[in-house]
Amino acid sequence: MIKVRGLTKRFGDVVAVDDLSFDVAPGQVTGFLGPNGSGKSTTMSMIMGLNHPNSGSVTISGKKYKDLRWPMREVGGLLEARAIHPGRSAYAHLWSLAQYGGITKSRVDEVLELVGLTSVAKRRVGKFSLGMGQRLGIAGALLGDPAVILLDEPVNGLDPEGIRWTRSLCRDLAAEGRTVLISSHLMAEMARTADQLVLIGKGRLIAELSVDDFVACSSKQSFKVRAANLDLLIPALEDAGALTLREPNSCLTVMNLSAEAIGELALEQQNALYELTDLSSLEDAFMELTEGAVEYRAS
Amino acid sequence: MTTTLLIRDDVTESNSRAGLRCALRGEWTKFWSLRSAGWSVFALALVTYGLCYLSTNALRSQARIDDPIMRVLVGFNFGQFVMGVLGVLFLSSEYSTGQIRSTVAAMPRPGIVLGAKAIVVGGVGLALGEVLSFSTYFLGRFILAGHASQISISQPGILRVLIESGIDLAIVGLIGLGIASIVRSSAASLSIFTSVMLVLTVVLFAMPGVIVHDMSRYLPANISSTIFASTTPSQLQGTPLFSPLIGLLIIALYAVVLLAVGGWMMTRRDT
Ligand SMILES: Nc1ncnc2c1ncn2[C@@H]1O[C@H](COP(=O)(O)OP(=O)(O)OP(=O)(O)O)[C@@H](O)[C@H]1O
Ligand SMILES: [Mg+2]
Repeated sequence: MIKVRGLTKRFGDVVAVDDLSFDVAPGQVTGFLGPNGSGKSTTMSMIMGLNHPNSGSVTISGKKYKDLRWPMREVGGLLEARAIHPGRSAYAHLWSLAQYGGITKSRVDEVLELVGLTSVAKRRVGKFSLGMGQRLGIAGALLGDPAVILLDEPVNGLDPEGIRWTRSLCRDLAAEGRTVLISSHLMAEMARTADQLVLIGKGRLIAELSVDDFVACSSKQSFKVRAANLDLLIPALEDAGALTLREPNSCLTVMNLSAEAIGELALEQQNALYELTDLSSLEDAFMELTEGAVEYRAS
Repeated sequence: MTTTLLIRDDVTESNSRAGLRCALRGEWTKFWSLRSAGWSVFALALVTYGLCYLSTNALRSQARIDDPIMRVLVGFNFGQFVMGVLGVLFLSSEYSTGQIRSTVAAMPRPGIVLGAKAIVVGGVGLALGEVLSFSTYFLGRFILAGHASQISISQPGILRVLIESGIDLAIVGLIGLGIASIVRSSAASLSIFTSVMLVLTVVLFAMPGVIVHDMSRYLPANISSTIFASTTPSQLQGTPLFSPLIGLLIIALYAVVLLAVGGWMMTRRDT
């Protein structure tokens, strides 16, 4: 169980993560979705205790990362851009990490077998293909048999077979009751792998929703809404059975409700509608959202 | 695809917490699993034995000189650089490759990571340094046998030179590691290391003034020049020098301060 609360991280003037809160529950795959530069990797680095937040906190099973007694046995991470020295063999890399975690040599052989790198274990990592490097990163994450697993863009650069393999691995890990968080900027990929989605844009939470809700809505119409008082409108819409995604630029994406119903609800509240635009599907809605977030960031 | 990821008994050791002992084992494996380790040891041996042979052999045809051990151990002046570069790269390469992120994820107290690295660099440097200084001594003694200049462990100061030269090598390695822990980048760390070891000496001697000359005795290069000699000159080009033992303590202090600052910064900064 990962709890992220009010997490904020600035790099100079850039606010990479902005007051972000969400939970990652065990026993399911949680997809961490957002466009490039939305703060996914920064958030994952903060969960792993590598980046220090300006404010807010992260706990893993109630503890801060740096207070974990055996970090490798509790949390496994595949970090962005292969955090591995290319001059070592895959085996030496894993063995040195295993020693850090008080893990046996036989477990190194086991994870190498598991990711299918046994035959190239003595080769230097610098000679590995992108897919092999990604598998080695996953082997490192699984080394301590951790209950919490974070994979940052695990399918980045993989071929279809590698993507399938990673997807089924994530599903198996979740089925064993582990907490699995995987990031991606590809919505379609996430929809096939994850059970739950955490959508972010510009470092802020846009929505937490289940993939089932997402799929149920993705073929239905959705609307972009702007109104005088969104805080008032959102609960009313949700009571009426709508799903809402709040965008960074004070817009709202509303799914699962007709334009007429949205308009009438706003009227009941004496809440002026400024915009009610048809977005046709959630996929489009996400694209819209994504563009909005990117635009907003660039300005 | 079947995955067997059950928790196994033999995966865990009965130990309370990941600490220095685990970090030390991991860093030991890391040190020797890079080709650069073997090459560095080879380069160190080559430079110390090779230069010993060249410089000592030349003494055979000369009249007796005052301090032949200095000529025997002349390779240590260069060996120091190899050790320092090794110390720098042992950490800076982790930053340039991103490996440090895997390391700190495994050990979220970076001070312990740096401590383990320091013990490995210091230990390897000390062992190599002592083996090299004593074996070079025997090589030099063999070459000089029956000639005007003689060395023997029974002569005053020789044993001290041999022991302290090995310690000096370890300390210089730690200075390299300490610089890298503050600066992180390989290129920047290496240029700072060489400036401190070499360029500064030249610059300070080129500049006039009593204060500048007085400062130059604090430079590692001038301190090691007293360590590598059995008869200590109290002055070098008009500059007063520290005694070898005091000198050794001063450079050890440099290493400790650099590592302490670096360890603190590694803990404070993002990884
Ligand atoms: N070390 C850093 N120094 C300065 N800015 C940074 C640093 N790391 C990240 N950023 C900035 O923070 C923002 C978020 O970056 P981050 O890498 O977390 O995004 P991301 O969601 O992982 O993107 P991607 O999908 O491209 O991997 C970006 O604007 C990025 O430029
Ligand atoms: Mg990223």
